[in-house]
Amino acid sequence: MTTTETPSTLQRILDYSSRADPYPLYAELRRTPVARQEDGSYVVSTYREITDLLHNPHLSSDTRNLSHPTAGAEEQATPAFINLDPPAHDRLRRMTMRHFGPPHTPGLVTGMEDDLTGIVGSLIDDLAGKEQIDLVDDFAYPFPVTVICRLLGVPHEDEPRFHLWVDDVVNAIDYNPKTDPKEKLEKGIQARNELRRYLGGLVDQRHGRPGGEDLLARLANDDGPDGRMTDEEIVATANLLLIAGHETTVNLITNGMLTLLRHPQVLQRLRHEPDLVVPLTEELLRYEPPVHIIPWRAAYSDITVADTVIPKSSRIMLMLASGSRDPNRFHEPDRFDPDRRDNQHLGFGSGIHLCFGGPLARRETQIALTELARRLDRPRLVADPPPYRRSPVLRGPVHLHIEQGDGY
Amino acid sequence: MTSADNLQAFKREGRIVVVGASLAGLRAAEALREEGFTGSLTMIGDELGEPYDRPPLSKQVLTGWVPAENTKLPRRREVDAEWLLGVPASGLDLATNHVRLADGREVPFDRVLISTGVRGRPWFVESEAALDGVFVVRTREHAAGLQRALAAGPSRVLVIGAGFTGSEIASICRERDIPVTVAELAPAPLVGALGAMIGEVAADMQRAHGVDLRCGVKVTRLEGDAQGRLRRAHFDDGSTIDTDVAVVALGGVRNTDWLQGSGLAAGVWGIACDTGCRALDLNGLVTDDVFAAGDVARCPNPIYEYRLISLEHWANAVEQAEVAAHNMVSGQADRWPHLSIPRFWSIQFGVNIKSVGVPTFADEVVVTQGSVPDHRFVAAYGYRGRVTAAVSFNNAKWLDHYQALIETAAPSPPPCPAPDQPADAKPVPVDFPGPTLLAQGATVVVTGHDPSERRVTAAYQHR
Repeated sequence: MTTTETPSTLQRILDYSSRADPYPLYAELRRTPVARQEDGSYVVSTYREITDLLHNPHLSSDTRNLSHPTAGAEEQATPAFINLDPPAHDRLRRMTMRHFGPPHTPGLVTGMEDDLTGIVGSLIDDLAGKEQIDLVDDFAYPFPVTVICRLLGVPHEDEPRFHLWVDDVVNAIDYNPKTDPKEKLEKGIQARNELRRYLGGLVDQRHGRPGGEDLLARLANDDGPDGRMTDEEIVATANLLLIAGHETTVNLITNGMLTLLRHPQVLQRLRHEPDLVVPLTEELLRYEPPVHIIPWRAAYSDITVADTVIPKSSRIMLMLASGSRDPNRFHEPDRFDPDRRDNQHLGFGSGIHLCFGGPLARRETQIALTELARRLDRPRLVADPPPYRRSPVLRGPVHLHIEQGDGY
Repeated sequence: MTSADNLQAFKREGRIVVVGASLAGLRAAEALREEGFTGSLTMIGDELGEPYDRPPLSKQVLTGWVPAENTKLPRRREVDAEWLLGVPASGLDLATNHVRLADGREVPFDRVLISTGVRGRPWFVESEAALDGVFVVRTREHAAGLQRALAAGPSRVLVIGAGFTGSEIASICRERDIPVTVAELAPAPLVGALGAMIGEVAADMQRAHGVDLRCGVKVTRLEGDAQGRLRRAHFDDGSTIDTDVAVVALGGVRNTDWLQGSGLAAGVWGIACDTGCRALDLNGLVTDDVFAAGDVARCPNPIYEYRLISLEHWANAVEQAEVAAHNMVSGQADRWPHLSIPRFWSIQFGVNIKSVGVPTFADEVVVTQGSVPDHRFVAAYGYRGRVTAAVSFNNAKWLDHYQALIETAAPSPPPCPAPDQPADAKPVPVDFPGPTLLAQGATVVVTGHDPSERRVTAAYQHR
């Protein structure tokens, strides 16, 4: 057929032209909390329905449970735990958490405090006297990348190589066969394989060397109650953490600085009330979250939500950033209010797949914003809105040009 | 307190007394101020010191990780109250609206909140309870004392009663590598709260961790030496064990004795109230100025056929206190019902146990997710074909889903398969111990013939 159809609300959201401000479209989407799309998939956009689904054991994260596996969804022999269901998910996440958080490794994030402060401090030192800053390239990107590399044990000098791979992998996540060149997908697959090969090499080096401090060494030599991960599992896990560590915190910090520059009175408060950064970061996770969409989950069996039956094997898209702006859950949701109470946002998702690195991302962002607020000299936005990355899923500015000092 | 003007005046300069200054009392006081109550607020508590948190007393305090005095409850806001601590209330006079204290003082009020909670049920022989080495664990001092006894390296600890508190204490003993015997009258631990199927899992856990678990037995006598130190325990099967520490974990006794003669529907079962936390009088009529919250309150729950339910749960104390506080300073039209779904948690033998709903309100139970042998699963409870509760072992993140099933009266067993559903998931009878284990006996007598004369009087038991 050759009829021209009005694009659906979802299509307009995914279209790059709405990247700077998708929120009015989210409001439009919320009029139908569970909306069936033409291709048979379902888009869920309201808070209550999203949280219901994220806690529903009939919602699957395993692409093998989709009737039509999507091109962007990774189909692999050894998926990372983000793409697995219990019990496989639980086992791998548990084995990884043993080395990342309580109860077995309770002090990891707090133990990194000096490291985090040191990296932030030296990056800001380099900004001193610079009147033109790109907050993304000069700060928000290198900071979390340095952190995740140290944590995993990836040599920092390899960063330029895997930066390119990660870019290609992330670009392919929202691959749309209708509009995107096939090359985009192929590049993504190739980059994924190269990244995995590279990580496999790092894992090899760590075998038989117990006592190593980095996460790769700990995973390669673990003798916990669940036994040891296979090398493929370690690579899949490291791959996940590396990409997540790259692509999310950068957006949270950049969105944070952008929001502060748009609310100068809050930026001013933060200079004098450093404790404000804790609720402020939670509000950012609600108001301008780094991850806007869970692009797909699968109905393992028929699921009823908001009186709609989603048939087995359907693809379900969860609009997290829309849920966090739902007026039925949050008072004045479109207002940025760092003093907001009862702020149970969806910035880290919810349920068993709740963001694994959330505690680290929180602390990174808190330290970054506190120090940026304290040390930048009268920062101003050069362009509002800034240019955005392509992705509607991992949404954030590709550059954030700021000028400081006396300007020109 | 009928007109809006009266209500405004009461909020401005009324007198509220809170009897019971623990979790529910403190949260209610904070909520009263949050609601804009600016009148006088008096907190009465039998324990000295600031309100503290009890869940750690059977956990982190006993491992020695957290000192007992570091369990103070965090404050949500200033409450600007007069604190009368260290003296228990001894009576309530509803004719003159006064609370009587044990030292003879009288405290007047316009409205009163009763949140006196429960105390540990003591060992039934007073002289044996007094032996050095015999403990109950309810207060901070109790926990500190038991912690010292455990730190001294006893040859063996006897835990009497395998409910949640007893099981948690047994778990701590094993964590500290102390030999422990658990004696339980029922066929398995946790059976009274969670039924036979889960009880078996709990028994497995205890034995796997080296607990000497003895079920279906009663401790008949605690024997001391000449110095008054505990030395031996006798069981009704004729056996004995040598032990120097015994923990009596036989549940709680609701602190309602001081309400005898008050005319309130208060007894061993707690204080009956409506969902708005207003206490009922002996006749079952709702009172206007007396409210109850926390462990001591017994409140109807519409989800469970409006049965009166008292819950000794942390979250319930907080939520009920907030509803009570709101209603104490609101007009009839603005009142809230306390309708939350009960939730509680426990940690023992490395397993996080969490529950939503009322598991005792069930006739069948089915494992819906995970693996029972791995001690990682969710079990759903059903009553006459609908879901009424769920319990998770190391799988708590799913419970919100089960709460939604309970709230929507979803069919039991839940029909759809989930990715990690056990292959042989079949409902089994829930199998709680018979009512004889739980019955409390008659407590009132009804008199009068004409409807205008029918009245209830209390029949207090002598024991």
